[in-house]
Amino acid sequence: MFKIIKQLTSVVAMFAVLFAFSTETMAAKKSKTLENTKKRGFVRCGVSQGLPGFSNADESGNWTGIDVDVCRAVAAATLGDATKVKFTPLSAKERFTALTSGEIDILSRNTTWTLSRDADIGLTFVGVNFYDGQGFMVRKGSGIASTSEFKNGTSVCTNLGTTTELNMRDFFDSKGISYEPVVFEKADEVVAAYDAGRCDTYTTDKSGLAAQRTKLSAPNDHVVLPETISKEPLGPVVRQGDSVWEDIVRWSLNTMIEAEEYGVDSSNADMMKTSNNPAIKRLVGAEGELGAAFGLDNEWNLRIIKQVGNYGESYKRNIADTGILPDRGPNELWTKGGILYVPPAR
Amino acid sequence: MNNIIKKFIPQILAILFVVLIFGFLTLNAQINMDNRGIDFGFDFLSQESSFDVQFSLIEYSGSDSYARAFLVGLLNTLLVSFISIIICTILGVIIGVARLSSNYLIKNSAAWYVEFFRNIPLLLQIFFWYYAALRALPMPEKANAWFGVTYMTVKGYYIPAMVWENLNIFLYCGLAAIISIILLRNYANKLRDTQGKQIPVLLYSVALLIVLPLLSFLFGGVSLGFELPELKKLSKISYIYEGGISLPPELIALVLALSLYTSTFVAECVRAGIEGVSKGQKEAAASVGLTPNQVLKLVIMPQALRIIIPPTTNQYLNLTKNSSLAAAIAYPDLVLVFAGTALMQTGKAIEIVSITMLTYLTISLTIAAIMNWYNKKIEIKEK
Repeated sequence: MFKIIKQLTSVVAMFAVLFAFSTETMAAKKSKTLENTKKRGFVRCGVSQGLPGFSNADESGNWTGIDVDVCRAVAAATLGDATKVKFTPLSAKERFTALTSGEIDILSRNTTWTLSRDADIGLTFVGVNFYDGQGFMVRKGSGIASTSEFKNGTSVCTNLGTTTELNMRDFFDSKGISYEPVVFEKADEVVAAYDAGRCDTYTTDKSGLAAQRTKLSAPNDHVVLPETISKEPLGPVVRQGDSVWEDIVRWSLNTMIEAEEYGVDSSNADMMKTSNNPAIKRLVGAEGELGAAFGLDNEWNLRIIKQVGNYGESYKRNIADTGILPDRGPNELWTKGGILYVPPAR
Repeated sequence: MNNIIKKFIPQILAILFVVLIFGFLTLNAQINMDNRGIDFGFDFLSQESSFDVQFSLIEYSGSDSYARAFLVGLLNTLLVSFISIIICTILGVIIGVARLSSNYLIKNSAAWYVEFFRNIPLLLQIFFWYYAALRALPMPEKANAWFGVTYMTVKGYYIPAMVWENLNIFLYCGLAAIISIILLRNYANKLRDTQGKQIPVLLYSVALLIVLPLLSFLFGGVSLGFELPELKKLSKISYIYEGGISLPPELIALVLALSLYTSTFVAECVRAGIEGVSKGQKEAAASVGLTPNQVLKLVIMPQALRIIIPPTTNQYLNLTKNSSLAAAIAYPDLVLVFAGTALMQTGKAIEIVSITMLTYLTISLTIAAIMNWYNKKIEIKEK
């Protein structure tokens, strides 16, 4: 009898341990993700499989791009070193599962912020680092100058698992044009098929079109049509349920944008500590205790600006200088006629 | 009493253990999904899918439900598997028999074919057929007509569509032909067994298959017209064929890759089956005066089939499962449409992946059941 009781208690104990393990993520007053990141020593970041300007790896495996810079900023803020990021290339199809299952902690992969994604599948969008819209690319020789010239039977190449598929349908349906969607899992396959003449047009976000055009065999034979058929605010995403981590990522991005607004960049950040403007002093950690709210030290934002640079630097380095989109368009600061506007850091 | 305990306790414990593990996994998934604010449920199946699919066997548009999108994907998977299984069986039998040929050239070409196609990863072969073919094929306006009316182009293979009148009468005639062939065969077998007479069943069958449907054209009011694909201009440089049926290049590339790859394995099964029949059987059959054709048909094949069927079933199952590689080249199969686009749009990963897994399981079990039934039918019946 005694033996049975002993055995029973051990079974109960075993289950208690198992359940404690499974429910531990529930109590997260402090940021579990931040703790784990510090323990691990690097930030786990999900990026694209290669989209020049946003997230792209060179031959030696160095990632660059404005999406990459968001993760680097978080690494600089939390770990003190912008290079301590492990990048995981993900297809559009894999990205959300990788994030919700905890394989990565930030998804910074030209992802469109929509209601259903934000509310439905356990994700939280923290902001917008690129305002984009869907467009079409066609061959110059086709003489098509506007989307209104598409005819019934047009074949359209695009990516799987994106808002593009839905926008495309809305667009062609509203115009009453029948079309043939040819949907690939990887962007490179879309480019190859379009290049081979499988499709009459290639549709995705305009920034993506501009970037992918450089991969075509004769980029100059192709042209992006002027119309934009959708709103695509792209931004970093985190898992729902860790609001502190969410804030860290949000304010890392905001810091980059606000730094540009106040003219603070990687070269002058240290000197700005003695600025007369309190807003600038807060931005470089010389005044206030902003980091404490996230459990970070006071120079977290200074490190972001010094190691990664402000948004303008990042844009110039990755998108303008590479010839993808020299014109910033809506991605200019609100003070300069764009729509980049972030809440104040105070 | 003690024996009973010894016999059952371990088994009960084992079952309990499995149940507990599953229970724990489900509970764990539930808790974690709750934590992350993910709902579980199948309500999404009746919602509007709002995405289009390139190629569908049934009427489908974005205003249909996710359940219908699932059906579209499933039918596309079944279509590509069905066509590939038929082609790979025909090719496999030819190559397998060719490998046993006494002709040096035939024998060695068959061996080379097998070694070449079975040793290159399938995904690479799919990419090869898709991209190589895409690059090599002409644009629609430059395509030459094959057989005068079909066009192989980079946008697909365009064939004339058949326009039937009174199709049902034609089909009834075809059915009647098949039924009479079965009756004829039974009668011929009986005649052979009781009186030792042979009648040329094959000849009569072919005649029946031709004559009966032909009669339906002459007297049944059946008529068949063709809708030919016609070139249509989309823009200054792009054209497309309208009318007729268009087979997308993705389907063709996938069928090619799957059937060439699997046919090598089927060929090996066939070779093993024929070689598995002992030489004495052939010699004995020849010595009782059967012709070489009869030896093959009546003695070798019935025995070889028993060896061929079970491993070939495996190959059919592999082929069906391999068809899920379709997603790589944009063929809208179950994985691309349902476990791809639908999963992304709804975010219902667990539900959709389980439905997809169950579907593949069901398809596989069905194929296995059919093949097992056939295997039972041809196995040695002890009299």
